[in-house]
Amino acid sequence: MTRPLHLAVALDGAGWHPAAWRLPTARPRDLLTAGYWVDLVRRAEEGLVDLVTIEDALALQSSDPTGPDHRTDEVRGRLDAVGVAARVAPVTQHVGLVPTATVTHTEPFHLSKAIATLDYVSQGRAGWRPQVSAGTAEVGHVGRRTSWTDPRGDDPAARQALVDLFEEAGDAVEVVRRLWDSWEDDAEIRDVATGRFVDRDKLHYIDFEGRSFSVRGPSITPRPPQGQPVVVALAHAEVPRAFAARSADVVLITPADDATAAAQVGEIVAVRRDAGRTGPDHVFADLVVLLDDDAARATRRWSQLEEWWGRAFTSDAEVFVGTPQGLADLLVARAETGLTGYRLRPAALPQDLDAIVDGLVPELQRRGAFRTAYEAGTLRDRLGLERPANRYATGGLS
Amino acid sequence: MSRTTSTPPKQVHLAAHFPGVNNTTVWSDPQAGSHIELSSFVHLAQTAERGLFDFFFLAEGLRLREQNGVIYDLDVVGRPDTFTVLSALAAVTERLGLAGTVSSTFNEPYEVARQFATLDHLSAGRAAWNVVTSWDAFTGENFRRGGYLPKEERYSRAQHFLDAAFALFDSWSGDEIVADQAGGEFLSRPEVGTFAHHDPHFDISGAFSTPRSPQGRPVIFQAGDSEEGREFAAATADAIFTRHATYDDGRAFYADVKGRLAAYGRRPEQLVVLPAATFALGDTDKEAAELAAEVRLQQVSGATAIKLAEQLWNTDLSELDPDGPPPSFDPVVGETISQGRASVRMHRDPVATAREWRAKAEAEHLSLRELIVETSNRQTFVGSAATIAQAIDEHVQADVCDGYILVPHLTPGGLDRFVDEVVPLLQERGSFRTEYEGETLREHLGLAAAPRVAHRTTDAAAPAGAVS
Repeated sequence: MTRPLHLAVALDGAGWHPAAWRLPTARPRDLLTAGYWVDLVRRAEEGLVDLVTIEDALALQSSDPTGPDHRTDEVRGRLDAVGVAARVAPVTQHVGLVPTATVTHTEPFHLSKAIATLDYVSQGRAGWRPQVSAGTAEVGHVGRRTSWTDPRGDDPAARQALVDLFEEAGDAVEVVRRLWDSWEDDAEIRDVATGRFVDRDKLHYIDFEGRSFSVRGPSITPRPPQGQPVVVALAHAEVPRAFAARSADVVLITPADDATAAAQVGEIVAVRRDAGRTGPDHVFADLVVLLDDDAARATRRWSQLEEWWGRAFTSDAEVFVGTPQGLADLLVARAETGLTGYRLRPAALPQDLDAIVDGLVPELQRRGAFRTAYEAGTLRDRLGLERPANRYATGGLS
Repeated sequence: MSRTTSTPPKQVHLAAHFPGVNNTTVWSDPQAGSHIELSSFVHLAQTAERGLFDFFFLAEGLRLREQNGVIYDLDVVGRPDTFTVLSALAAVTERLGLAGTVSSTFNEPYEVARQFATLDHLSAGRAAWNVVTSWDAFTGENFRRGGYLPKEERYSRAQHFLDAAFALFDSWSGDEIVADQAGGEFLSRPEVGTFAHHDPHFDISGAFSTPRSPQGRPVIFQAGDSEEGREFAAATADAIFTRHATYDDGRAFYADVKGRLAAYGRRPEQLVVLPAATFALGDTDKEAAELAAEVRLQQVSGATAIKLAEQLWNTDLSELDPDGPPPSFDPVVGETISQGRASVRMHRDPVATAREWRAKAEAEHLSLRELIVETSNRQTFVGSAATIAQAIDEHVQADVCDGYILVPHLTPGGLDRFVDEVVPLLQERGSFRTEYEGETLREHLGLAAAPRVAHRTTDAAAPAGAVS
């Protein structure tokens, strides 16, 4: 019996290959329209996937982290991912919606209420992918950092800067999570006899004091339907993996082979245990995928993309070019390393999303490795995550 | 009804304000629904769209209110995130404008500009931004940036914030994306979204992430009433949200703010004046008057009367009987006991106001609760549908305002009857649209397309003062 996999689809622009927008199936003029995103997410929902992620950054897309690269042959310009997720929510029913939002230059209070509200407007399908911004471009866009050390170098100062950035990210997620719990579920009482709308004893100051900031609380937004929306974090290296293991419910990794996958899963589970994290240890591997029922056609399309782009595309994640059957083989086999699922990054949208829905998903279903229908419930339910008790609830009878 | 002149009447603008977290909103009524579930927002927004309103309006507060050092629990508590709920509403409405209040104090221009540009894209040109300023350290405790802005810097920050946001909105001209699949050029030129803005509050530069949206930028609302607020509106805003809803007060305010526009090279129709208005609608004027009185009693429970009196007397009055007389002493002057509430500032001379109230209570034999009911805001419009339609139309024709932002006292059904009964009568009078004529909110409001303002960039390639 094959263990059922979880599947996420990563949505970004016209797809993950920089030349994908040139394919005849692409819709490069629609990338800023609601209709484009609604179509993509509905398509993903037809494929019964657990969730979609939506990429974002506080900067224009660029190959240069210090600023624009002035390329004219790639997609440039994007929408705020939380806004896109919220726009899609009322016209979808099942799929989880996980926008990316930066923690480095933003206010945890705003992030907390935004994701809580996404959970309300999606009726319990919200997640969040907190993203550390390590680029200097974003520093200039926000302009509030009085000092900035580039964390991408190999010297001790850069390494410390990286550790600091992820520690700050951990603080931000902690604040967001505390704010989600700052209202007990039954805080709203509407007691006409006493005239009280809320029981203020069930609203809690979070009084977070971190190394670089403090937040008082409570949130202005009541506790969201899932209690704690699902936090998803991408981790390529040791420092981000430690952050992700401690702070996230689903950790995304980018192994190039089975051995690396097994080692990273082990590392993440160990950090989770040390941090006292309970529940399923969800680790998904990211893969860039280009699919066609005919392997030769898949290769030809990939070659076309490479030719258009004029270079060899490399990614942090492994690239799979081939048939849905071949990909299903890989996914099922690699799950033996302890991975619970995958986040697939379609090389081209909507074409490779269509191939996931029409090709890969039926292939996995035939192997008993994927659901054949959505069950009712929240995104947490789908991932086997219990609705957590509120950390501030005393639970006693009064 | 026929009119004696051939000139079409001035058109009334209407908008729907989601009921707020104050005692105008009657949550205790059996018909009152959720203040957080999407269904309530959808109900009110779709009702407003059915009524061909210009826009839906959402207020914002970034800290739960407190009084006497504890969270205020007698009014509705809890709200959604502005952008997230408005983006969701864009999915279930087609023409209705979506106006959100967003603070210029506890945000950064780059982030807010991309959120509004996104909302404008996702709603195909229906976004509006009510720019507010906050300054209190109390609210600042929820933010890593902290504090507090000296009062004299509030509008300066707001103006600079807007200038920075405009530089971002205008950093894309709208013709950059060509997406030429055959030729391989996605952009028509390599430099896109370039901006630089330097002033005492913001020192930012780089490339903006979000291409120009359908309206160019959101419609800008201003809600302050001070001298600085009126100048700010005259200089920058497309619409002004005011409290001056009554005839004489409104006419004076209207003339004042419209009169300030010329100094900025703007015409009177470039600033739409919209007071907030409440209403009690009945089958007859008599029934409406009874409903109005009943609602006002719901709005001011005994417990609420005590708390509202505390806001004036600025001291703990919890031992007082709301059905007894008002306090016999003068208000306490000093640090306010009420935090996070703008209306506290309305009591500019608390001692004089308290003495007036006491005199009124004695003369009219009013209990404290009755006194608070009498002195708190009455419904702006009370009457049958015909009475209310006539009053609204006459106010607009007399330049009291250009229309109203209606604040229902019930969530989410508080506008149902208004849309069903008053709107058709306004249409009969020829002063309200019978269908949406435009696509964007700017068009609904009769505003011209947003001009690209001069690039505030230090880039030598863009000449200072250039307007395209």
